[in-house]
Amino acid sequence: MAPARAAVRHLPRAPRAVVGSNVPRREGLEKLTGRALYVADLDVPGAWWGVTVRSPHARARILSIERDLGADGARAVVVTAEDLLRAGRDNVVHLIADDQPFLAHRSVEHAEEAVALVAAPTREEAERAAARVRVRYEPLEPVLDFERAETIHKTCAIDKGDVAAAFAGAARVVEGTYRVGHQEHAYIEPNGMVAWPRIDGVRLVRGSLQCPFYVHAALTRLFGEPAEAIRVAQTSTGGGFGGKEDYPDLVAGHAALLADACGRPVRLLYDRAEDMVATTKRHPGRIVHRTALDAEGRLLGMDVEVLLDGGAYVTLSPVVLSRAVIHAAGPYRCANVRIRGRVVKTNTPPNGAFRGFGVPQVAFALERHLDRVARAAGLDRVELRRRNLLADGETTATGQAVIDAGASRQALDAALKRSRFAATARAHARFNRRHAHLRRGLGLACFFHGSGFTGNGEIRLASEVALELLEGGRVRVLAAATEIGQGTRTVFAQIVAQVLGLPYEAVETVDPDTALVPDSGPTVASRTVPIVGRILADAARELDAVLARRVGRPPGRPWTRRDFAGAAALHLDAGGERRVTARFSNPSGQRFDETRYVGDAYAAYAWAAAVAEVEVDLTSFETRVLRVVAAQDIGRAIHPRLAAGQLEGGLTQAVGWALFEEVVARDGRMANGQLTNYILPTAIETPPIELVVLERPFAHGPFGAKGIGELPMDGGAPAVVNAIADALEIDLDRLPATPERIAAAWLAARPERRRA
Amino acid sequence: MRGDLAALEVLRPRRLAEALAALADSDRPCPIAGGTDLYVALNEGRAPARRFLDLSRLDELTGLETTPSGLRLGARTTYTELRASRLVRRRAPVLAEMAASVGAIAIQNRGTLGGSLGNASPASDPAPVLLALDAAVELAARDGRRVVRRRVPLDRFFIGYRETAARPDELIVAVLLPSSALEGWRYAYRKVGTRRAQAISKVVAAVGLELGARPRRIAAARIAYGSMAPTPVRARAAEAALAGRAPTSAAGRAAARALLAEDLHPIDDLRSSADYRALVAGRLLESLLGALGGFRPGLDD
Amino acid sequence: MKLRLEVNGRPRSADVPPMKRLLDVLRDDLRLTGTKEGCGEGECGACAVLLDGELVNSCLVPACQADRRAVTTVEGLAAPDGSLHPVQQAFWEKGGAQCGICTPGMLVAAVALVERARRPSDAEIREWLAGNLCRCTGYVKIVEAVAAAARARRPGAGARRPKRVKR
Repeated sequence: MAPARAAVRHLPRAPRAVVGSNVPRREGLEKLTGRALYVADLDVPGAWWGVTVRSPHARARILSIERDLGADGARAVVVTAEDLLRAGRDNVVHLIADDQPFLAHRSVEHAEEAVALVAAPTREEAERAAARVRVRYEPLEPVLDFERAETIHKTCAIDKGDVAAAFAGAARVVEGTYRVGHQEHAYIEPNGMVAWPRIDGVRLVRGSLQCPFYVHAALTRLFGEPAEAIRVAQTSTGGGFGGKEDYPDLVAGHAALLADACGRPVRLLYDRAEDMVATTKRHPGRIVHRTALDAEGRLLGMDVEVLLDGGAYVTLSPVVLSRAVIHAAGPYRCANVRIRGRVVKTNTPPNGAFRGFGVPQVAFALERHLDRVARAAGLDRVELRRRNLLADGETTATGQAVIDAGASRQALDAALKRSRFAATARAHARFNRRHAHLRRGLGLACFFHGSGFTGNGEIRLASEVALELLEGGRVRVLAAATEIGQGTRTVFAQIVAQVLGLPYEAVETVDPDTALVPDSGPTVASRTVPIVGRILADAARELDAVLARRVGRPPGRPWTRRDFAGAAALHLDAGGERRVTARFSNPSGQRFDETRYVGDAYAAYAWAAAVAEVEVDLTSFETRVLRVVAAQDIGRAIHPRLAAGQLEGGLTQAVGWALFEEVVARDGRMANGQLTNYILPTAIETPPIELVVLERPFAHGPFGAKGIGELPMDGGAPAVVNAIADALEIDLDRLPATPERIAAAWLAARPERRRA
Repeated sequence: MRGDLAALEVLRPRRLAEALAALADSDRPCPIAGGTDLYVALNEGRAPARRFLDLSRLDELTGLETTPSGLRLGARTTYTELRASRLVRRRAPVLAEMAASVGAIAIQNRGTLGGSLGNASPASDPAPVLLALDAAVELAARDGRRVVRRRVPLDRFFIGYRETAARPDELIVAVLLPSSALEGWRYAYRKVGTRRAQAISKVVAAVGLELGARPRRIAAARIAYGSMAPTPVRARAAEAALAGRAPTSAAGRAAARALLAEDLHPIDDLRSSADYRALVAGRLLESLLGALGGFRPGLDD
Repeated sequence: MKLRLEVNGRPRSADVPPMKRLLDVLRDDLRLTGTKEGCGEGECGACAVLLDGELVNSCLVPACQADRRAVTTVEGLAAPDGSLHPVQQAFWEKGGAQCGICTPGMLVAAVALVERARRPSDAEIREWLAGNLCRCTGYVKIVEAVAAAARARRPGAGARRPKRVKR
């Protein structure tokens, strides 16, 4: 490795550009012909079926667990926390705080918490046996309202400048409180794992997951066995969006415990209802803004309070909170910022990672708030944002000077231009005069998203990848980054092919398997391309250097496939290493003070603006999103079509969260845990989406690329809700903006609308 | 999927008489047509019976035809058939419009009129339109060796939450639309669901008006709602408020007032709130009456 | 019961409980796992197949009702020589699949549409696909792909219309 060179931008080197072109998708054909094998598709001879016994109570003491299985007993196994402890297992899901058990012991902290596991030869037998596991509970008073919860999982704070002085000298202060609800990932493939009992000293688990090494770490801890005794492999995965970041640790642990107990492979496949009620969701939150403005509408001071509902266990909440807090002041210039963040415990299933990871919550609050600020200040909402957006080199809330921050303004201009914002607003005014019971409106949101782990997370993670020389001048990428729909394997092959100057087809990829690939970290945080992709580019450069040295030619020139094959053969014949590995380096010199929340929170940010156009029906208060225009600077699109797919998909999830998606809870249990009653957008509800992709290269991303997976989720909801508020001239401060809430706000706006 | 489908038995008669004989049996099977409701329950592990009566081979339950008294729609008529039928589109286009609002294509291909009415969900999509069309159901049962049939007007068919006037040994064989409701009447329908497709309704309204020409006035009205009470309901107070009045926004307002005061009993549930349902039910009525009566509804805005 | 059906043009049989879901017959008894289960309640369309050419959710169809009928699944869309159906080809070119779990049902639904409509409008495509939930794509590239496939399709090319088995 040559760390000095890693700091140099990776320029295209191939004669024909692979990066930036829409090469054929790697796993595309399998998915289009039904050949791709998802976990439920695996044929596992002799496998038993696992079932999880869950708590009906949000909080309770477990008094006893009886397991008289009667006639079915001979063909079933049961595992409880007591069994686990007796067997010397560590009943802890290893993550951040290590406070969550695999199986509830003595008490349950949330509804649907796993209390016992059952396996039997068939699903029907396992269900019958599970019904005979009798758990006696003593229900306790649960804490269900996070706004009244007192137990704190984590706090964090940002202090920049002198906020008190800013407010004292303000021409105007505007306050607002905003609330957002849960969001269910609703990947169309529910969670599932198949685990094998220990064979030749190794336990194998295969299944639907985003982060093979998270599962690996969890199982290593659970069984107290060395790393090489646990093997985790990903099957084709039907969507994740963060929902398969940490929860698969539990599913895999449960399946492995059952396989251990019955001595056979066990399939533990959730159905939709179980997946919806039991697994993680986006954190609900309340965000309070106090904003000080000068006479010209410039932001003098921002005082923000972020409160998130973590659910019963800590899981990923601390990092969700820290990302929320860092993004809470948005892509705006403000010298005086105070942000207080808190994530609290409630007796509800733990909330976890979901695309955006805290940012959608704070972006909704801020962008709704800025419309309110504009109104209070008598300023146009576009002008207010334009005056306050960051310029190149200006500092974020953590004091990080961001070299390309001005891209936020470019994104705004591009979104306004493409949406013909001003002309469309005039057209809407005409439309609204002509139609008695329809109202059209426009909404705008500006937002940004840091790529990769927060703060020094990537340095600690120290991700590693490898490239392997194969026969015939081919190269194999070895990384733990998972394909969950985004096209990971395709873009990895593109990056490596481009650096080496080889054809795309010469680079192979593998399904992540902890026995085969190094730990390149989790597939989360918009890090796959900018972080793992860059390490891969570094590895490719190293491989190029090794082979160039071997044949005595200068490095950095594109290889023909024949020359490359020759050099590789020579290298291997001479006893050279087949594998080249590369590890994360910190080329941008990113530094972050994690106690004071000062410094470079992320190596790079992607910048965006979205405009939504809506029509609200005043008879039913239903909203139709007519169009979404989004402009985003993503550094460089490695594969433009895949990149567009990410942006379109993320915006659609945001539209769903804005309008429909709501978890209805009763006594701490999700009451609408079916796709019939948890409402996702269908093709009819989804608006036409127009994208403007800006490419201002990031010096330390592969070919200039930044992360894009989460960005589109951040700003879609505020753009849509701002448009509804604009259409009806009402205030909406809560997500989702259901017809029920819109109707209530519309009635509240003018008392005479309430008829007897 | 929960529960054990392997334990379920099914009878698959080819003739109505056989099917009715099975329903007369003490070990009475549960009828299944398109399965779009039944399999949702089975998926949740809630099997309503151990034995089922598959209606899919009973040709006597199919067909759309004109009869001397009106239209006869076989109980197994699917929503896709309603949408595609020239007869329906000509004589009762509102029924085709309703069919297009059900689920999505795959559900429309399987779901049947008889299934929905027999299931008697308060959120049934076809029930309000059929109530407005003054429809009746034809029930058949076995009496010894004979098949006996009777007609029950739909407004006396739904007697409680998921409860109908059909006896356990009776099968819905057809839906009958009287000519009197098809000539000289205009209909409008709107479903407000959880979303625009693949949705369960929050409020469904169907309105029929018979308009007198000179003077222009409402001779009679039939109004029905879904998802607003334990059963699909006729809104008789609203109907009475309209009878004999000129079609104006004031009449619409009066009907909406009567509707909310007497006819509907909305509740909060997973999908919506009583307040919203009441508000939208009234606004829908005014808007549908406006569309039919040619006036501009006076909805505040 | 002894179930006889034609699957993707081939006669198949299986001894199954009559109320077993067609979905499970395909996946467990015939090992055709291309058809997916996303919800089990007819809501997501991942299990969509054609039954005598009609789009159905196979999670809502009892096995007995598929007896002596023709079923088309995702595995039956490509020609026997492996060449893709025009709809598959268009999904491939336009990026209509991301995670791929909704794709089999989406493809089957799209095939049913392009068999019926030569030039479906954007609105018609969206209405036709409204019973197939996709959480990844935002439907943009799926709608583009279906429109392109409908345009590309020549009469007689591509999907074989399933034959109805004699009763």
